[in-house]
Amino acid sequence: MTRRVPVVVASVCLASALTACGGGGAATDSAPTKLSASADLSKQSLTISIWDGYSPKDLPERVKAKLGFDTKVAIHDTNETIMAKLTAGGDSGIDVAFVSGQYAQALNAQGLLEPLHRDLIPNLSNLYPEASQLAYDKGNVFSVPYTWGTTGLCYRSDLMKTPPTSWKDLLEPAKDVKKKITMMTTERWLALPALKLLGASVNTTDQATIDKAKELLLKVKPDLLAYDDTTFGDRLKSGEAVMVEAWDGWCPTSEKNIKFVVPKEGSDLWADTMVILKSSKNKEAAHAFINYILDPEVHGWVPANILYRIPNKAAMEKVDPKLLESYPTLAEAPSELLKGESLVDLGEVSTAYTRLSTEVSAAQ
Amino acid sequence: MTARQPARFLGKAAGRLATMGPGFGFLTVFMLVPLALVLSYTVFRRGRFGGVVYEPTGENFTRLADPLYLDVVIGSVKLAAITTLLALLLGYPTAYLIAKLPARWKVIALVAVVLPFWTNFLIRTYAWIVLLNSEGPVNSGLKALGLEPVKLLYTDGAIVAGLLYAYLPLMILPLYSAVEKLDPELREASANLGARPARTFWSVTLPLSLPGVLTGCVFVFVPSLGNFVIPELLGGGRRIMVGNLIRDQFLKARDWPFGSVLALAVIAVLVLLLFAQAWASRRAGRGA
Amino acid sequence: MRRHGWLRLPFWLTYLFLYAPIVVLVVMSFNRNKSPYTWGGFSLDWYGRLAENDSIRTGLVNTLIVAFGSTVLSTVLGTLLAVGLARHTRSRLLDALSTLPAILPDLVIAIGLLVFYTAIKLTLGLHSVLIAHTVFGMAFVTAVVRARLGGMDTSLEEASRDLGAAPLTTFVKITLPTLAPGIVAGALLAFTLSLDEFVIAFFTAAPSEPTLPIVIYSMVRFGVTPEINALATLLLAVSFTVVIVAQRLTRLTEALR
Repeated sequence: MTRRVPVVVASVCLASALTACGGGGAATDSAPTKLSASADLSKQSLTISIWDGYSPKDLPERVKAKLGFDTKVAIHDTNETIMAKLTAGGDSGIDVAFVSGQYAQALNAQGLLEPLHRDLIPNLSNLYPEASQLAYDKGNVFSVPYTWGTTGLCYRSDLMKTPPTSWKDLLEPAKDVKKKITMMTTERWLALPALKLLGASVNTTDQATIDKAKELLLKVKPDLLAYDDTTFGDRLKSGEAVMVEAWDGWCPTSEKNIKFVVPKEGSDLWADTMVILKSSKNKEAAHAFINYILDPEVHGWVPANILYRIPNKAAMEKVDPKLLESYPTLAEAPSELLKGESLVDLGEVSTAYTRLSTEVSAAQ
Repeated sequence: MTARQPARFLGKAAGRLATMGPGFGFLTVFMLVPLALVLSYTVFRRGRFGGVVYEPTGENFTRLADPLYLDVVIGSVKLAAITTLLALLLGYPTAYLIAKLPARWKVIALVAVVLPFWTNFLIRTYAWIVLLNSEGPVNSGLKALGLEPVKLLYTDGAIVAGLLYAYLPLMILPLYSAVEKLDPELREASANLGARPARTFWSVTLPLSLPGVLTGCVFVFVPSLGNFVIPELLGGGRRIMVGNLIRDQFLKARDWPFGSVLALAVIAVLVLLLFAQAWASRRAGRGA
Repeated sequence: MRRHGWLRLPFWLTYLFLYAPIVVLVVMSFNRNKSPYTWGGFSLDWYGRLAENDSIRTGLVNTLIVAFGSTVLSTVLGTLLAVGLARHTRSRLLDALSTLPAILPDLVIAIGLLVFYTAIKLTLGLHSVLIAHTVFGMAFVTAVVRARLGGMDTSLEEASRDLGAAPLTTFVKITLPTLAPGIVAGALLAFTLSLDEFVIAFFTAAPSEPTLPIVIYSMVRFGVTPEINALATLLLAVSFTVVIVAQRLTRLTEALR
């Protein structure tokens, strides 16, 4: 027994020493490094982290052909897991990460991102002007949006007597849809319908408002089928659910009887963005990559193949009109989309939203 | 006698070092140090946008006192305990019968227990969703028999089924290891002395296999508490477990300090459980 | 088996329970329809798609390397540890310490190791995952082998020592063979756990060297396609064949007699 104590003490001392080392690393200089436009890219290589299926399968080959360097594609399943990996500090081995806007904001606030060198990304001019005014990163200082969209109600038009028009239809469900609706579990999107119904901002930090939202969510819980972030599309297709809270790109509107609507009280504007890590050793390649993505031919892959909207004006204008006919959401003018409130990171108040989601999930 | 003692002492120390040295050395570097690192966050603050700010504070501990977390823990313990009991009821007979099989079949039976788990956890869980939901085979079967379809999915029952499915091998394998070594002569002796099979089981077999039973129970109970995927997918997110709590703090709230405190509280309780198991096992070992 | 009639029910129920979802996923892998609720006809399409999927192939190879490596390491370290705990100490603290990795929340181990690796500036790769998996694999092997050692008859070992055999000889010729079923069970467990482990692997792997669970979990965003069911079915078929062949060829049977 006594033999153990010295070892435990030693490991605690070692751990404290390591913590001190780790802590020092957090305060990094946020001034951009000097990058050269004529750097030899063939000497660099790129590792990106992105959601599965979110980019063309042959992207590495095309990048190699056009720009001359190797690209490795790592995949992550959620914002949260890639954030934890990047926040652990040190060199994660990732050069360009695809994360949602408010998470990019948080990464930047922690000094982990490289400010973008705009002279290396001339294709930024392809974006809609509004895409450079998004609240989490005005002026695209550290991020470039890749896709954008909103959250709304995805429903079976054949199984609902009247189509939904308001968040109230979800939170105070009619008798015939009770037990056939789902809501999302991620706390910002769990709170969104309630906050919007109360007329509040999706970025509210007012605890009283958050509590009122909680009441609404607790009231509807018994009438829900489930909280679902990933399989609600299948629930809808099988008819188990008739109305679900969903992101526009996830709603399977290719099915005959499934439609998407943004409730009249309004909704959010989410954006998935590309960021460059400060720890990257291939910053010129990273910039060249982002510039390549913004090329209308390349970026156009997204709406054409996975039916997501992109903030690239030049690319959207080239989308096949037949596609726009079949998928009205794609055809929606950006001005409609931009009525949504851009999600921002809420700093300390983030924990209040996590608590909200814990209380709602734990209630029996 | 005295001439032998120094050699024996050397033998004992060498024995200790040779057997436990490498293992504990490895664990110290790759488990204790990382654990200490994470637990050190308990006294620091969450940075405004996540990460850890190295300013000492006790507020993480005071936040623990919130009854919300106790409620979640109690609910989790209930489900984990039911799962463990079911695992024992299914697992013990299975391990027992496997141990009695001829050697050729033993291997196949053991491998057959773990083979499903050489696929992927998520795929198996999705397969359960297919099995249990209102359009699935179970309910279709009920409908065919003219019975009412039962809501199986998104219930506590589905969570227990999912947890039981995930951790049953962790009950069976340690049990097999313990039961297999039991000397059949002891049981025969007991029978010859007139004890009925049930009595033999309770007085002879069970106490001798107790270390295996306790190990199996800990191996099912603990991960059941910490699992966060099954309550979400099979329980429909309607109930959260301790695992979800910890995951939410680390990943969603990016509040590593508070997540550490929650983890510390859970680990402390589980370590007590481990001590109890170790104590009971050693006692049972001595009695044999 | 005749005498244990009433035990046979839970025995078969267990296997039925274990294989019910397996049947579902095997059937789904041959279904032309993506939806599992309607049968669209027998098809090998998903197997074809699987063959073209590079990331799954890479993931599978990486997973096997990590699983075999960590199992070997876990089994050696864990068995030695179990013997030491049973024979050379009475400390319950050490007992608890040896099982600690099995009870730590995997997220804690994952983040702890990532921060530790960062602090010692270790580049991530398959080796960092292998070490991580050995940490908990060891705990399981130790516990399973301990369950066998507890109350084991030591008279053979004592006899061996009294006859003058060196401790090492006693260990190799007497102790190990008696422990064999426990070691096999422990190794099987460690291997199984490593094959399917996601959380720790995600945080300790290099971004460009994912293990199979990482690849599969990340595919969830667009829904689980039957391609993955095809993979699972293949894995099952291959594992089953390998084990049967190995059992014929090796002395696994001997170990358990």
